Amino acid sequence: MTTLLHWLPLLGVLVVVAGFALRFNPVPVVVVAGIVSGLAAGKSIGEILALIGNSFVSERALLLFVLTLPAIGVLERAGLREHVTNWIARLRGLTLSRLLMVYLAIRQILAMLGLYDVAGHAQTVRPLLAPMAEGAAEKRGSPLNTQERNDVRAFCAATDNIGRFFGEDVFIALGAVLLIQGFYSQHGIELEPLQIALWALPTAIAAFMIHAIRTVLFARRIAGNAPSSATPALRPDDGGKSGSC
Amino acid sequence: MLKIEQAYWLIALFLAGTAWLNLRERRWSHAGFWLVLAALTAGGKYVLDATAAHHHLPAQLAGVGVIALAVLSPRMQRGHLVERDVSAREADAKRLGHRLFGPAVLIPLVTLVVALFGGYLVIGGVRVFDPVRMTLTGLALACVIALIAALWVTRAKPAAGLAEGRRLLDTLGWAALLPLTLAALGGVFAATGVGAAVSDLVRMMIPVNSALACVIAYGLGMVLFTVIMGNAFAAFPVLTAGVGLPLLIHLHGANPAILGSLGMLIGYCGTLFTPMAANFNIVPVALLELPNQNDVIRAQWKTGAMLLVVNLALMYFLIFRF
Repeated sequence: MTTLLHWLPLLGVLVVVAGFALRFNPVPVVVVAGIVSGLAAGKSIGEILALIGNSFVSERALLLFVLTLPAIGVLERAGLREHVTNWIARLRGLTLSRLLMVYLAIRQILAMLGLYDVAGHAQTVRPLLAPMAEGAAEKRGSPLNTQERNDVRAFCAATDNIGRFFGEDVFIALGAVLLIQGFYSQHGIELEPLQIALWALPTAIAAFMIHAIRTVLFARRIAGNAPSSATPALRPDDGGKSGSC
Repeated sequence: MLKIEQAYWLIALFLAGTAWLNLRERRWSHAGFWLVLAALTAGGKYVLDATAAHHHLPAQLAGVGVIALAVLSPRMQRGHLVERDVSAREADAKRLGHRLFGPAVLIPLVTLVVALFGGYLVIGGVRVFDPVRMTLTGLALACVIALIAALWVTRAKPAAGLAEGRRLLDTLGWAALLPLTLAALGGVFAATGVGAAVSDLVRMMIPVNSALACVIAYGLGMVLFTVIMGNAFAAFPVLTAGVGLPLLIHLHGANPAILGSLGMLIGYCGTLFTPMAANFNIVPVALLELPNQNDVIRAQWKTGAMLLVVNLALMYFLIFRF
């Protein structure tokens, strides 16, 4: 059991770690890792090719999501993103904590419906959420200093990640649920996607509650930081640009 | 009868159409990539049937196809795909308003309806939906219905479906393939004994007769692997084959659906901790012009840590009860 040969296939894991750490394109890294662990397990080239081929085609259900693209593409062509942007912008007039909580809830619900690319760091956080959050934070009566502005922006990005991650696992047609189903199917356990997706609901709710509480505390800290005699603060344009990246 | 196999053919058709549009623009690598993927998708059943009959050449050819995809994917530079004019999109958005949500919501809605009621639908003594992977067949049907609805609402020509779908597919590029490749790697790892080696490593370190120790080992293993690989999808098959299946499901009788769902979510907690998950944790640092590479991780790790505890507790209390 504890011979060298038994541990040798772990070299495949090492390849993945090294390849990802060196920022190589992940697809060849993953394929090379498969070949390496096959060779390390003493399989022939023919066996490895067949193993990779069979594993790949038996997971092809993971490609089903591409069928959503034509419909979404046609809607985007008719201004779906612009409409969402305008619609979310109408939620102005909120406090920082309410703004972030509403965004978190919408992000989670959209992700649950599989509309996870309607929002994102590039699509909504930078152009929309971050400016709105900075504006809402400044309702405390004094402008944000550089550190606070960076904190608010980073918190916006964090909120987007959390909303997306802990919403998408509830949607039956997304990669995660199908990966779980495919994995079990390979090991002789047949499950329906809905069975898997429903068990992500408690975590989705817990994620909302935990992050909502942290949002309230964060907003309170930002509001409480308001100096009584405000020093002339940086204008928004100078705000985040002190750093090197 | 509607079957999952028809959905695969539909995907292959869409991929081939994308390859064709790329071919017309002389984007050879993209065209080749999508064409190989179309062939693998359409030929999947043939490959698996042949393997079942102990005929290994088709599977080996599929393996060569996967290697071809790996070779082509670093060459898939994101092109500047022309999108419709912003002002035209704004005007349409004003005119159509919330009607744009209709077709988008049809996708999850129809999928859900088929998942819940598709099994009861019988016409002329024949079931409309094949019970095997019925939800996914429902998803494919939902996409077709949503496309028709989208074309109707926006009054776009049917060709726009392929052109716009292709635009999004080429924007995703090789990233569309990554979940599939990682899942396949999981299969290879399982067959070459990686899962067994990880499992033995864990067995050496924990008292396997304690269900709690196994839950914690599985959960923390998921987090560790996700942090290292930057992706919960890569960690899931390794840890579940190595620890989840043998120790929790077979030895302690855990419910596989709950274990899988919570296991993946625990992995997502790990994603919140790691700079390896670049598109979530590093890209926004650049986009928001933050000074420190770890600023986003710093803002979110506490939520991740608390959720990790919640997930471990949920797992321990739920998987042995249902």
